[in-house]
This record gives sequence, structure tokens and C-alpha cells, in this order.
Amino acid sequence: MNFVEEENILELNRVVMAFGGLMALSNLNFQVKKGMIKAIIGPNGAGKTTLFNIITGSFPPTEGSVMFKGLPIEHLKAHKIAERGISRTFQTVELFGNMTVLENVMLGCHTRVRSSFLSSGFQLPQFRRKEAQVKESAMKILKFIGLVDKFNDPADSLPLGEQKILEIGRALASEPELMCLDEPAAGLNETETYVASSLIRAINAKGITVLLVEHDMKVIMNISDEIAVLNYGQKIAEGSPQEIQNNRRVIEAYLGSEI
Amino acid sequence: MLRIGKIPIAVFALFIIAFPWVTHEIPSIEHYTDIMIFAGIYCLITMGLSLLMGYTGQISIGHAAFYGIGAYTSAILTAQYGLNPWPCIIVGMAISAVIAVLVGAPSLKLKGHYLAMATLAFGIIVYIIFNEEAAWTGGPDGMTGIPGLSLFGFEFDSVKKYYYLVWIFVFAAFIFTVNIIQSGIGRALRAIHVSEPAASAMGVDISRFKILVFVYSAVLASLAGSLYAHYLNFINPSTFDLFFSIKLLIMIALGGMYNIWGAIIGAGLITFLSYEWLYYFQEYEVIVYGAILLLVTIFFPKGLVGVPGIVKGWFRE
Repeated sequence: MNFVEEENILELNRVVMAFGGLMALSNLNFQVKKGMIKAIIGPNGAGKTTLFNIITGSFPPTEGSVMFKGLPIEHLKAHKIAERGISRTFQTVELFGNMTVLENVMLGCHTRVRSSFLSSGFQLPQFRRKEAQVKESAMKILKFIGLVDKFNDPADSLPLGEQKILEIGRALASEPELMCLDEPAAGLNETETYVASSLIRAINAKGITVLLVEHDMKVIMNISDEIAVLNYGQKIAEGSPQEIQNNRRVIEAYLGSEI
Repeated sequence: MLRIGKIPIAVFALFIIAFPWVTHEIPSIEHYTDIMIFAGIYCLITMGLSLLMGYTGQISIGHAAFYGIGAYTSAILTAQYGLNPWPCIIVGMAISAVIAVLVGAPSLKLKGHYLAMATLAFGIIVYIIFNEEAAWTGGPDGMTGIPGLSLFGFEFDSVKKYYYLVWIFVFAAFIFTVNIIQSGIGRALRAIHVSEPAASAMGVDISRFKILVFVYSAVLASLAGSLYAHYLNFINPSTFDLFFSIKLLIMIALGGMYNIWGAIIGAGLITFLSYEWLYYFQEYEVIVYGAILLLVTIFFPKGLVGVPGIVKGWFRE
């Protein structure tokens, strides 16, 4: 893919994350260009999910800055970051199981359309209009992700593959500029994995930048434009899929140094 | 899935409208209308608690305090200063809202059950104030001379009239609460209950919503307290003790806290148990409540409204 604007949508500068004595991330510099699909890989415990949690505001970094569209966001809470245009999925599916498929996606619209407590309670006309608008845009997303037939099913009744897809749909509902997907293919069979990767491509084709953590190398090599490799909280390599496949340090990190 | 049907609401409304007329015809239960006034007053509190605990997952053990603040604000302003009761009810609700923010905000910003601890302590403190500030509250002896309610010259001076007044308030609060549950706010509240990380990643400001619901439930409890004071024309602190807060929890646990109907069923049943059916148990009443709570949590964790679901499950097997 050709990036006309060589503009970074996300920039992490010298980010340090220490949990007590444990350095989850040390002095990490990391950029994501606008419009690309960037993958983060690395062995277990390399700091990938920690990195996601910092970007999306689950906790602030110990040191360093996170810039989104040129503005610092490292001090913001998760819901404020969501409002700025970053949405995410979770490694272990965090759907609202007691709600329907449609309601899950409707909740994803929360950053864009909101009604006040009083106007919701009294069902004022403006509330009804907004609610109809939310429902319509949620149904559009369900069509896009292919779950429109199941809109009224409880979310926890879906098979895992569809739950993962629904979680992506919910994240899409906020109309983000950057989507962070934490292991979108984990636990999926081959067909489901194919569906998930096509969906990620389709989302990217809409102009949404995608940052993903993934263990399935086939998915990674197929869909990403650029890969960063983390090990022990440090970036050990970065580049195109081909470059990473042939990088000696990456092979060492994954398979051990004796090879 | 959580749609609250119009037909059950209509049936419920008819039941409430017909209740005094039917019971009036049967001498042995003629006084049930009087008990239903208290049931309605408790419904106001349990509906707010259901939204707070069942839907949002936040525990309060201090709602007797807001109930008391409403009752005492109405009582003091009307009996001691001779003000019109209606603005006093609103003042009570406003005071409760402010206090709810002060009590709730610090504890709801933290993760975990800090609200339960804060409200427990708060309830005990308020109870002590009702007892000790005798110049205002009359101390343990309570206050008399609280006027009844009237509107544009119409006096709510009979049991039946007050019954309808209370249940109009209950219905208004019920519809408002149902609307909230079925709105984006309701979705956000249920989301908070299931997964705070996911809710906040979707842009839900968790502490703001928790505080909002806590304030709403406090305001309803305050309204209930005012209606109680103007009905009995007399209040004393023992009505607003810790045991009442726990009784409220038993009400929503028995009815089922994950469903707004549970709040109403639970409040109704416990009111009739404590005013009528458990009369002969006297002090041993508490043991019955304990047993109810135990049985419900073990066998019907979703309360009585969850029983049809359990029975359906048996038939499917």
C-alpha cells in the first residue's frame, strides 16, 4: 500500500511502564502511520497488551508520551480517549453478554450520540430521534460485519468467532480513526480466521488505521503493512512482513538463540 | 431482551386502580389499602435501588438515610416553619441529591465496593444525627404535627385519596425508570455492570454514570420519606435505622434486582409480611427475613421474577 500522507496518527515517545519492579515496557518509541495496518508481535509477556492498555487509557504510562493526531493523550482516561477516536477490542472477549447483539453495537455509538438523563427519562422527541438514529447506524454496522440476522440474540449466545466479529463491530460503531484489535483471531478456526482478516481489511479500506496484536503469523503476514516486534518490553525489530520474516533477532526471540 | 412490555404495565395499573375498591368490599382485608400506601412508598425506594444495584451493580446500605432526610426535611420545614409541604418535598430531594454527590463521588470513583462501606457509615451517622439533634428533630421521641397534603384546595385526607396520590408518584417514577433502562443510559449502566474496561473503552464515563444513578436513587428515597411523613403526620428516628436499609435490600433481593418488576414485587411482599402476615412473630420477624434472604440467594438468585425462567428450564429438560 502507498501512504500518500506520511503522517503519524499515533506516536509513542520513550514510553516506560513499570509495575513495581517489573519493567513491562522500557523506553519504547513507536509510530503508526495514518491509514496502515500495523501489527505488533512478540512472545508472551513481551508487553503487547500493556502497550494497548496505555494507548487506550486503561492506565497512564510511568514515563513518556503518547501523541494521537499530534496531541498528547497519555494523561486521559479511557472514555476520553474513546471520544478522541481510538477504539479497541479485548484479548478475552469483553462483550456485554446480557445485552442483545444490536444493543452491544448501539452502546458502541455512545461516544457520538448521547441523550441527557432527563430527556431519556421523559422520552422527549429529541431523545426518540437520537435513539432511532443510533439504531439505524448500529444496523448498518451489523450489515457490514454480517451479523444482521442475529441482531436480537443475546451476545453470549453467539459462537466465539461471531463474538470476536461483534466486538470489532462494536468498536467500529464509535466511528474511530484508529482501531486497536487485541488478538482478533485468537481461538478461531480457519474459516473464522479468514472472515476476521477480510473484515479487518474491509475496515482498513474505509480509511481506518488498524493496530493489532496477533499470534497467528498467517494473519499477520497476510494483512499487515508493517510489523513491530516486542520482546521483554523493548522493540527488537520493525519493518515490512518480509523484512521481519528474515530478521535474525526475531527468529531468535521466538525460537531461541541456538537456531 | 429487556423490553418492558406495555401489557404488564397496563395490568399492573388496573390492579392498583381497582385494589381499594375490591378490598373495601371484604371486611377482613379492608385495611389493606392502608398497607398498600406503605408498599407504594417502599416501591419508590426499591425502584431506584434496583437501577443502582441490579442494573449498575453498585451496593448501597444507606438508603434509609435518604429516606430519613426526605422525611425530616419535610417535617422540620412544615411543622416548625409552617411552609407549604410541596416545596419542602422538593427541597428535601435537592438536599438528598447534594448529599448523594458528596457521599457517592469519592467512593464511586474507586473500583470495588467502597460505596457499600461509605453508605453504611453514612446511614449510621445520619441516624445518630436524627437522635441527637433534638432541637430540630425532636430526638428519639420524634416529631408530631406534620401536616397532611393538599393540592389546589383538594385535601388528601382519607386513606383512599392518599393511596392514589402515592401510587401516582410510584407510576410516574416507574415510567421514568423504565425509560431510563431502555435508553442509551440504561445500556451504559448495564455495560458498567458487566465489564468496566469494555464500557470505558466504548466512551462510557463510568464514575459519572454511577454518581448519576446513585443521586437518582437518593432523590426517589427522599421523595418516599416526605410522602411517609405527610401521611403519618409523625416520624421518629427508629424508622430510618440501619435495619430499614437492610430491609430494602431484602425487598429487592426477594423480588429480583435485575428486573424493575422485582423491585415492586419485593417491596409489596415484604411490606405485607412486616405489617400483616408476620405480626405474630413479633421480634422473631428478623429471623424470617434472614431465612428469606438465605433461601432467595441459594435457590432463586434472580429473585421471584426469575422463578418462571427456572420453571421453564425444568420443563425443557
